[in-house]
Amino acid sequence: MKNAARPQAAPARRPARLWQLRLYVAGQTPKSLTAFSNLKEICESHLKGRYEIEVIDLLEQPHLSRGDQILAIPTLVRQLPHPVRKIIGDLSNTERVLVGLDLRAAG
Amino acid sequence: MLEYVFIERSEITETGDYDLEGLFVRLNHAIDSIGAKRVVLDTLEALFAGLPNEAILRAELRRLFRWLKEKGVTAVITAERGREQLTRHGLEEYVSDCVILLDHRVTDQIATRHMRVVKYRGALHGTNEFPFLIGNEGLSVLPITSLGLNHKVSIERIPTGIPRLDAMLGGKGFFRGSSILLTGTPGTGKSCLAACFAQAAARRGERVLYFSFEESPNQTIRNLHSIGVRLEPFVDCGLLRFHAARPSFCGLEMHLATMFKEIATFQPQVVIVDPITSLLEAGSDSETRGMVTRLIDYLKGGQVTSLFTSLTQGGHALQQSEIAMSSLMDSWLLLQDVEGNGERNRLLYVLKARGMAHSNQVREFLISDRGIDLVDAYIGPSGVLTGASRVAQAAREKAEALASLQEAARRKRELARKHATLEQQIARLRSEYETEEMELRRMDEQAGTRTRVLTAERTELARLRHADVSANGHRQTRGRLGKQR
Repeated sequence: MKNAARPQAAPARRPARLWQLRLYVAGQTPKSLTAFSNLKEICESHLKGRYEIEVIDLLEQPHLSRGDQILAIPTLVRQLPHPVRKIIGDLSNTERVLVGLDLRAAG
Repeated sequence: MLEYVFIERSEITETGDYDLEGLFVRLNHAIDSIGAKRVVLDTLEALFAGLPNEAILRAELRRLFRWLKEKGVTAVITAERGREQLTRHGLEEYVSDCVILLDHRVTDQIATRHMRVVKYRGALHGTNEFPFLIGNEGLSVLPITSLGLNHKVSIERIPTGIPRLDAMLGGKGFFRGSSILLTGTPGTGKSCLAACFAQAAARRGERVLYFSFEESPNQTIRNLHSIGVRLEPFVDCGLLRFHAARPSFCGLEMHLATMFKEIATFQPQVVIVDPITSLLEAGSDSETRGMVTRLIDYLKGGQVTSLFTSLTQGGHALQQSEIAMSSLMDSWLLLQDVEGNGERNRLLYVLKARGMAHSNQVREFLISDRGIDLVDAYIGPSGVLTGASRVAQAAREKAEALASLQEAARRKRELARKHATLEQQIARLRSEYETEEMELRRMDEQAGTRTRVLTAERTELARLRHADVSANGHRQTRGRLGKQR
């Protein structure tokens, strides 16, 4: 499907929902820091005021890795809205992050 | 502790650089929570299937192996085999310390698993491929090559159950712990001989394990009744155990493993495999040879006397299938059929018997309702005679002997008669001679008397007549003589 011409279509469809995002990291590594800043940036520009970011450091809470089946670091998990989505990597590819979060249809 | 790791590729979007620190954290947490010493990762392919970036995975895999080693755990990691190479990603075998290759092959519709140690750092490992089995007691590997030929040997001899056969084997029978091959064409009595051996062993109170690959135990027992061998009392009292299975029931390895297990649990002194040839058909030549070697090694290691019957196909080639096996055996008996005079008879040879002065003679092998017996075959100018021919020959010889005996008696009688005749003749001649002699003597006497009388008469006459003596005397004498007669 090719509908890249409507970049604001996705947020317009679900205006009132709260987005719960979880970012799994392991210590303050450069990759983790990059991922966090990239995520913040994307959320500010696309989900302003409708999102929550929870950062989980597995070095401090290793048992939490089981629940979301975390292998790769960093991993961003979209808890809400359903379905659960997982995005791995430092989120430097904004286009792919938007597609992965379902903020923009794949094009 | 079982940790389930789930990766679903469709749920994951890749956005830039990442690593597998999450896996490490999970592993670390799991290991530390129970103080694990062993880790099993089953299987690496799940990672590769779930995560798209192979470059990162390869690097992380290397790090994982190193990390596991630093952690001080022994890790067993499974991976799929590659199409062209040992592993799918061409990396795993280099980073690990030990690589074991497993495969499952189907040959002639029979599947066998094989195992090979490809590498094992810091250890002298066997490089060969070994068949292995997954049974109800876990994984079992039965190495093809035993470590060495260093079995304990026994000097004890055990009878075969057939006295004449013992006699052929140096008078005492087989060595305990030796392996015996019994070959023969169909119907030569291999199973009967094996059963006799089993019966004799059980009578001595030894445990006998009978592997039957052609007949069911009940059938074997029933058929042996016809030759007077009764095995069921021994089965009942637990001295004899049958294990019957179709050779095609499973692969060679499975058979071998089952046999090993049976032997290990029953602890027999005598093992009978009847016939080994049906097993041989289940595998290729090298496989079966390997199998027989392992079986014999195992049996010899436990001082178990083993008897293998082997079916040879009819025709001239007696030793065709046994070439591979015979060198593994200590003794080799050959049963043979000979046809002649409208009947078939069985012959038994001892082809070899290591370590004993065995007979080189052929014996006729008789199976009757009283069991098995061996008799001397008649060997004459026309070859070996058996069965009715042998009996006929024996009768002929007996008749000949009788005839010559009678002839001798007749001659003796004749000689005696001649002697008697001679004696008679001598007696007659002697009496004739005596008569003549007596006559002569009488004549002499008469002549003497007459002369004396004559002289006296002449003298008297001369005295009376005073006549001429010579002219009248003669006439007078004749006249007197004529009166006297």
